[in-house]
Amino acid sequence: MLTRYSRARRIGVLLCCATPAAWAADAGNAFNPKMSLVLQGTFADYQHDRPLSFGGFLLDPETEARPEGFSLGETELAVESNIDDLWHGWAAISFENNAQGDSSVSVEEAYVNTLTLPEGLAFKMGRFFSDIGYQNRQHSHAWDFVEAPLVYQAFYAGQLDDDGLQLKWVAPTDVFLEFGAEATRGANYPSGGNHRSGVNGETAFVHLGGDVGIDYSYRLGASYLHGDSHDRQSNDSSDDSDSGNTYLFTGKSDIVGLDGVMKWAPQGNATRRNALLQAEVFRRHESGDVTLGDDSATTAYRGNAIGAYVQGVVQFMPRWRVGARYDWLSADNQVPNNADGAFDIVADDGHDATRESLMADYSRSEFSRLRLQFNHDDSRADGSTDNQILLQYIFSLGSHPAHVF
Amino acid sequence: MTHSPCFSLYRALKASVVLAALTLSMPASAALKIFACEPEWGALAKELGGSDVDVYTATTAQQDPHQIQPRPSLLARFRQSDLSVCTGAELEIGWLPVLMQSAGNPKIQSGQPGYFEASSAVTMLEVPTHLDRADGDVHPYGNPHIQTDPRNIGKVAKALAQRLADLDGAHAADYAKRAADFDARWSAAVAKWALQAAPLKDQPVITYHKEWAYLFDWLGIKLAGTLEPKPGIPPSAAHLQDLLNGLKTQPAKMILYSAYQDNRAATWLSDRAKLPAVQLPFTVGGDKGTDDLLGLYQVTIDKLLAGLKASAP
Repeated sequence: MLTRYSRARRIGVLLCCATPAAWAADAGNAFNPKMSLVLQGTFADYQHDRPLSFGGFLLDPETEARPEGFSLGETELAVESNIDDLWHGWAAISFENNAQGDSSVSVEEAYVNTLTLPEGLAFKMGRFFSDIGYQNRQHSHAWDFVEAPLVYQAFYAGQLDDDGLQLKWVAPTDVFLEFGAEATRGANYPSGGNHRSGVNGETAFVHLGGDVGIDYSYRLGASYLHGDSHDRQSNDSSDDSDSGNTYLFTGKSDIVGLDGVMKWAPQGNATRRNALLQAEVFRRHESGDVTLGDDSATTAYRGNAIGAYVQGVVQFMPRWRVGARYDWLSADNQVPNNADGAFDIVADDGHDATRESLMADYSRSEFSRLRLQFNHDDSRADGSTDNQILLQYIFSLGSHPAHVF
Repeated sequence: MTHSPCFSLYRALKASVVLAALTLSMPASAALKIFACEPEWGALAKELGGSDVDVYTATTAQQDPHQIQPRPSLLARFRQSDLSVCTGAELEIGWLPVLMQSAGNPKIQSGQPGYFEASSAVTMLEVPTHLDRADGDVHPYGNPHIQTDPRNIGKVAKALAQRLADLDGAHAADYAKRAADFDARWSAAVAKWALQAAPLKDQPVITYHKEWAYLFDWLGIKLAGTLEPKPGIPPSAAHLQDLLNGLKTQPAKMILYSAYQDNRAATWLSDRAKLPAVQLPFTVGGDKGTDDLLGLYQVTIDKLLAGLKASAP
């Protein structure tokens, strides 16, 4: 009995199974972790090639639009394996080029999580995509549109990724009910800056999900984030000149969010036709001080912002999907000391950012995807609109990808 | 405001636990809770477990077992189970690992006694000697559709009954008794089906996916081609035309597809090649009269024989 289980455990390291003959044949590398490499690239055509700027928003300097023309997107190398009977590890290393063509290597995720804590508990530590919201924990190659929604770009610099701890608990109920909390370094937007000792980012979330009949399934979520910033840096990218100001924010950010996704598949069989409807809304309150980077002026700042998106994607026949998304973002800020217009970046909050997107994609197999997307973009602070065409490829090499709901 | 990590987690946790306690009612069932990945294993667990088990079947015959999403409802059931019964051999690679990692259930992780893999009890067919994604979505540990041969059900039943007895020692004698009873009924049925199916021997047929390898191995049916150009790649017009042309020199008797597969490619070829297109149940619940395992194979054999009769010149 014991030997049978220990053999099963050995095979379990690969998260799969084998007949004895099959695993004996490749015993030399049977313990190698699962690896995958995701290749992405885009071609973008804009009427006006300008940096991102949303009226009334301080953005993270790394929040950028896809570069115009051909560009290699993020190339992601992911490695995962069970470590022992308690721990599982995952790392995703990203190789990226920014709009200036500079390449960078970054650790997107690197965490270990427990497999065998009792009573529905799971603990994670390291760097990970937060479980707030719905899209946040999806890697960019799993997104249904080329770029993150405007609200994610404005509130989370695209995606909330931080170093810390996470604890989750799944309730023993037939309806899926999950509670979780994270305590993080607060190194990334909307937290950031100096004094990163202790915990500067805290989140809590709850997820509820289930099926409606055999054709529909859903997940609803609510989330809360508190972030502390000390001299968190933002650049003024609203004009094309390189002389843009730098702004430093010191204060706190609180974000509450609601998210929901509903999926349809006839008879629960998504192979031929399926559809999803997904929506998220986040409301942010920030309060603190904003200082010019050269220390020449400072102001108190209280900001309320709200952003949302709704998107629908339909696979109407095998391999082919079409989708539409509507994005919206709005700010209402109080900036008492803006006599000489030094803080127009937060004071000019009159223009609500919107964007409508349409996409179509083709997947020859579940390892490849080609996408065409069209945006009507009215997100820039100056109110100018832009029509954008994006072409994207996403290819996945190596071990079989797991699908997340 | 900066807190220590412990304090922050504690504060958030306290709120979560209070909320959770308000929403819960603990079920008080003593039966062994089984999470069956596929309907055939759910049906087998019911045969062997009787009233000592409470079986939840995660998928239906109308769903492609390769393409299941780890839906929240599956996660909630997986979390509460004492034993999961799955095919293994990477059939569930797209979704089971997600459930294992997210459900916080130590009992049914792979390698634990609460994780039972049916494919470990049988001899795998079509184990590739060479792995290349250009060959389609191949399964490195062999063809995972083991339930299409009823002799495999007999082998899995013995191993599963033993596992049930190991996990639930108090009812070990009941599991052994049901297993012996099932084995007697099953052996007789398999012998009867083999006799009934004798005319199918050496008959060439076209299938949708390579999902009938074990059935064909049992009955001696010959695979003449697949509607999918490669495993996991949907049928294309060009490939179907090639199949149609090939049938002129190498005829086949019928076209087989499963309850969860699109019937359009089979119908297209059936109309042009004048061959019967036969929908087989593939697993329990895939057709009328297939609510249990005995019905599943009887309907499968009956439909195959009817298809053969319809194709006779």
